[in-house]
Amino acid sequence: MLALESVSYLYAGATRPSLIEVSIELRDGEVLGLVGASEAGKSTLCLVASGLAPRAIGGRMTGRLRIDGEDVADEPMHALAARVGIAFQSPATQLSGVAGSVYEEVAFGPMNLGLPRRDVIERTARALETLRIQQLAERDPSQLSGGQMQLVAIAGLLAMSPRYIVLDEPTAQLDPAGTRLVSDAVARLAADGASILIAEQKTDLLAGLCSRIVALDSGSVALAGDANAVLADPRLRELGVAEPASVRLSRLATDAGIDRRQLEISA
Amino acid sequence: MAIGGVIGPAILVTVAVVLPAVSARVFGALLRTTLVLSLPIAISALLVNLFFFPGGHTVLLQIGPISATAEGGAFALEILMRILAISGAITLFYLTTDAHALTIDLENRGVSPRIAFVANASLQTVPAMVDRANAITAAQRARGLDTEGSLLRRVQGIVPIVGPTILGSIAEVEERTMSLEARGFTRPGRRTLLWAPLDSLSQRLLRWALVAAVPLSIVVRAGGWLG
Repeated sequence: MLALESVSYLYAGATRPSLIEVSIELRDGEVLGLVGASEAGKSTLCLVASGLAPRAIGGRMTGRLRIDGEDVADEPMHALAARVGIAFQSPATQLSGVAGSVYEEVAFGPMNLGLPRRDVIERTARALETLRIQQLAERDPSQLSGGQMQLVAIAGLLAMSPRYIVLDEPTAQLDPAGTRLVSDAVARLAADGASILIAEQKTDLLAGLCSRIVALDSGSVALAGDANAVLADPRLRELGVAEPASVRLSRLATDAGIDRRQLEISA
Repeated sequence: MAIGGVIGPAILVTVAVVLPAVSARVFGALLRTTLVLSLPIAISALLVNLFFFPGGHTVLLQIGPISATAEGGAFALEILMRILAISGAITLFYLTTDAHALTIDLENRGVSPRIAFVANASLQTVPAMVDRANAITAAQRARGLDTEGSLLRRVQGIVPIVGPTILGSIAEVEERTMSLEARGFTRPGRRTLLWAPLDSLSQRLLRWALVAAVPLSIVVRAGGWLG
């Protein structure tokens, strides 16, 4: 289990913390959704959960990040990277920029870990296969579409064989086709039992994916619980989060006096 | 350049630049790029030496108080050949070297992965920045920025393009740095390398011959054995 215990985080130079006393748990084999308006603290939480904050970006953190019960405060980033993987919003900036092919791009992480060559090859092949992008292996990463680039970035983190995966709005900068590519891949990872923390504005994507959802508001946990319950909670809209289409449709039907059972039949 | 005068640099340009460029089928590109790179300095070197060479006495042309001399012309030609040798060699290196293979090879030879990464990323960044600048230029033009008017207008148009290009690149660097950290790039020690560029016996022999030629040419030149 990956757990944040009463975590508060203040960016360097900021006057107000971006996370305030946040406690969440990502259980083994679970997909935990993270929603909230812009500036609610979703990306910061992802950075803290992956260990990048404060290690790589500075700032001040209080509270604890525990992985499998172990406080990892003193663990260096390269060691933590093999336990928690993170993918960001922008597909292009996640690529190393120095790999000549998708294969090398995916292998970049395991190569950095200094693993035996056989292991690097095996992990790379498995990551490409998991995301079903073997056919891209020889392509130049910089010439891919946004959705394909994002898949390559996720494959790159899978090749690190992390126990926990953090996805920070992985479809935010993608067109509908790219969004579908990535969401299908994440759904397959989830079905395979991966432990995933996913921050996402698109609640439709989360609705079919997550078992639990946490909603953030101004750096604090505002709602948390079963995914269906949180997504149907009317307070979600007050937090600046768009409800899924199914919930919106159901609410509009109710407002219009249409029997929900009729709606389900016609759908 | 063991042989002085024009002959030495001319031989060097022919053997070390022109013939390899023809062999690599990049002679056309080499010629264009070398000319663009060396033309400004070549013209100024030619004019300065042709007209103001100290000790020049064989007058070829008189323009008012200044005169072009044969000695100045010969020296200018020698300088031109040297400029061509240097810019041609650099251009040939750029045109025939795969940056990715170069950095892999450097790493294989023990250079720090960080240094190799910086070298490679720097080369890869140039086209990315050009793409970004083009996109920003198009966006600014769509909003009425004049980038094709008078010189003054063009200069005024630079700031709204350069600013976002540089700031955007800086912002990207932060995210790219985090991505590298998240992929174990800061781990101390050697990385695993999956391949190495082909390095044949003939390539190795040629490299060592070139290295040996450097002190040899210095000694020969210093001794004045080839004039």
